[in-house]
Amino acid sequence: MSLNAKIPEGPLAEKWSKHKFNLKLVNPANKRKYDVIVVGTGLAGASAAASLAELGYNVKAFCFQDSPRRAHSIAAQGGINAAKNYQNDGDSVYRLFYDTIKGGDYRAREGNVYRLAEVSVNIIDQCVAQGVPFAREYGGLLDNRSFGGSQVSRTFYARGQTGQQLLLGAYSALNRQINLGKVKMYTRTEMLDVVVIDGHAKGIVTRNLTTGAIDTHAAHAVLLCTGGYGNVFYLSTNAMGSNVTAAWRAHKRGAFFANPCFTQIHPTCIPVTGDHQSKLTLMSESLRNDGRVWAPKTAEIAEQLRKSQIKASQVKEEDRDYFLERKYPSFGNLVPRDVASRNAKEVVDEKRGVGGSGIAVFLDFADAIHRLGKDAVSAKYGNLFDMYYQITDEDPYTQPMRIYPAVHYTMGGLWVDYNLSTTVPGLYALGECNFSDHGANRLGASALMQGLADGYFVIPYTLGDYLATIGPKPVDVNHPAFAQTKQDTLNYINKLLALKGNKTVDQYHRELGLIMWEYCGMARTAEGLTKAKGLIRALREDFWKNVIVVGDNEEVNSSLEKAGRVADFLELGELMVDDAQMRKESCGGHFRLESQTPEGEALRDDDDFAFVAAWEFKSENEPETLHKEVLDFEFVHLTQRSYK
Amino acid sequence: MSTGNMNLTLKVWRQKNSASKGAFVTYKAEGISPDMSFLEMLDVVNEGLILKGEEPIQFDHDCREGICGMCSLYINGHPHGPKQGITTCQLHMRTFHDGEIIVIEPWRAAAFPIVRDLAVDRSAFDRIQQAGGFVSVNTGVTVDANEIPIPKVIADEAFNSATCIGCGACVAACKNASAMLFVSAKVSQLGMLPQGQPERYSRVQAMVAQMDAEGFGSCTNTGACEAECPKEIKMTNISRMNNDFFSAKLFREEVIHEHSMGE
Repeated sequence: MSLNAKIPEGPLAEKWSKHKFNLKLVNPANKRKYDVIVVGTGLAGASAAASLAELGYNVKAFCFQDSPRRAHSIAAQGGINAAKNYQNDGDSVYRLFYDTIKGGDYRAREGNVYRLAEVSVNIIDQCVAQGVPFAREYGGLLDNRSFGGSQVSRTFYARGQTGQQLLLGAYSALNRQINLGKVKMYTRTEMLDVVVIDGHAKGIVTRNLTTGAIDTHAAHAVLLCTGGYGNVFYLSTNAMGSNVTAAWRAHKRGAFFANPCFTQIHPTCIPVTGDHQSKLTLMSESLRNDGRVWAPKTAEIAEQLRKSQIKASQVKEEDRDYFLERKYPSFGNLVPRDVASRNAKEVVDEKRGVGGSGIAVFLDFADAIHRLGKDAVSAKYGNLFDMYYQITDEDPYTQPMRIYPAVHYTMGGLWVDYNLSTTVPGLYALGECNFSDHGANRLGASALMQGLADGYFVIPYTLGDYLATIGPKPVDVNHPAFAQTKQDTLNYINKLLALKGNKTVDQYHRELGLIMWEYCGMARTAEGLTKAKGLIRALREDFWKNVIVVGDNEEVNSSLEKAGRVADFLELGELMVDDAQMRKESCGGHFRLESQTPEGEALRDDDDFAFVAAWEFKSENEPETLHKEVLDFEFVHLTQRSYK
Repeated sequence: MSTGNMNLTLKVWRQKNSASKGAFVTYKAEGISPDMSFLEMLDVVNEGLILKGEEPIQFDHDCREGICGMCSLYINGHPHGPKQGITTCQLHMRTFHDGEIIVIEPWRAAAFPIVRDLAVDRSAFDRIQQAGGFVSVNTGVTVDANEIPIPKVIADEAFNSATCIGCGACVAACKNASAMLFVSAKVSQLGMLPQGQPERYSRVQAMVAQMDAEGFGSCTNTGACEAECPKEIKMTNISRMNNDFFSAKLFREEVIHEHSMGE
């Protein structure tokens, strides 16, 4: 099967407009004859569900949380990019496109990324119209700040709670459609499988997390807006419930999985303190606007700091290494995330790390407080400082924050074409769930932009084309595929519930996370990946023998929910390792120690690896098949990324 | 597994589902580190229960960084525990002392039926929002975001109201289980912004009607809601909502709009 990304022909700036014109339309009176399922209610899902319902389609929306407002987009802190050029600092759609392609280390499609930059401006207009309270200047106009990987201020924000405010905007639009009867909302409901009939997605199987009821839902199309899979690492900045199950089950029903090894390790997170930890907390990238990253110049001083013999404030200026400013003078502390993370790791590997564990570097606000005053710093970052204080019991106004990279986002995901369609017709993937726009590294403040672009401004056009093609004939709910897929799900649940071993699901999850972090984290080698594959296989076999799952299906059962999710992570982990092994180059967040420049930066191999790796599931215990979508760069010139 | 040295006694409300009767059950939480969050302490207890083949204590939680609004425990008589301005997931065990007895209950309100153990059904909050907590604007507006300047003080104040995470602590704290703080936060946010003006008075009436239909109690201005709110939402919001609500009741909509235009 050859992959057709369906990128429209023609000049970059005209592709999307031309494509929109060429897409088929569904007549307004016919729209109400179509049913659409949306799984997940984060930025992508809520905006898609609301927008499609506004157009007249009948939407069924699903989330596993107790309310659609709690999807993990809510936790995004820093901001959302848009090429408004309100600051008159030289921004443009082309510049946002270029920064994003370059930031992704040239492993994303030009056509997709340009469209993203193009619709970014509409997103801000839409959100303001909904009543999203973005930060404003005294003149009443919108304020901006800078994020990594760019030299303009194009990030719109709402204190450190931008994701929350954007999601509440999309949630309010969704609520309006629920009120109008155009969206039927199913909360505390988890999708466990896709129903595929004659190669087309026609519905899903769900489990009601309160009663355990297994149900089927039919529709003309299914949209997966189910987020990323960072929790394969156990410790990440993702919410506890974030999981890959919906995407993974879709993968096993025929949707290709693209670039699974592309993981974003975010440089500024609160470091791990002990083995009790259940998750890691991000400190927004916006902090790097004013915070300076440093470590002691020598391992000796670092050791004194680790043993609390001296305080950070006592380290003399000449004994400090502001390593990002030193190595990357033009971008300084605002280099992209992959670069910042790798440099922090390097410092720690040189035994110059700080904090009790030695696995941290400083993010220091002393200069900013001196320059702007404590009040100004507090107005910008107050809630983040409070969050840091609550977790660490340390005051970042008087001593530098300790930070270290943590898993944050996954650029990989279900393969989609320009229309956001997976390789299963009728099955779409939006937001972090797909692989489309960020290449091998996502720039800060671009995840919110992509989720809302997909939901508000792309899918309302592209889905119509598919629906018009298949026609409004009702889906046959009596087709045996519905009963069969439901039975498959029941069998699977019973198999899990029969496991009465002696290790908890969390113990397996934690072990998997350690393997992934060690061998498929910030630095990867052929040898390490081979080892990881063996370890994951052994762990998976052990899981299916010795895990303990308590309780029954017909009740609230968190043990069962977690077991299903971790079983899927145990399969995904192996695919990530295979993908990382196959990609012998370094690019963005994927750093193969075998492939680096003399300065230690990621060294791409464009001749052999300028492609999207899309993996096809064959059957259990059979290796997945690799399909390559070659990336054509018509408009940008591929260079070694430099932020010096 | 755990690295700490605190030993605690927990009295936890256990209830199989909304139809069954609940009761307190006592558990030991041993070897707890002061650096653990409260929910991580419960994770440790749950791991122990699962290894014994018992069902874990059910509690709602997700982001574990104080923003999703999902966690909801009533700890020693306080929603989200004894500290101010944080959620349960941000509460750390260093707040407690070794040997302490900790009582953990679900939110108690007729409008929040228990799902299981410490998890409650807060869908009443969603239904209130669905009744009118929005600006009626379809996707695809073409008005530039900077077309309407909004004074910074107004934008900041609207933001303060908008930080509500919908956790329900205000209801749990209130002796009448009133939802006034929650509802008024949304009414205020949209009522202060120019985008929210066209539906300002219909919105407040629709949302209050739904709030009453859900069975929440009356507000008596005690202020427990404000004191316990993890996002420190102010009672000023309630005053604003009352003001809009009475205006809407006393005058016809077009009269109010004329009045507010003249201000």
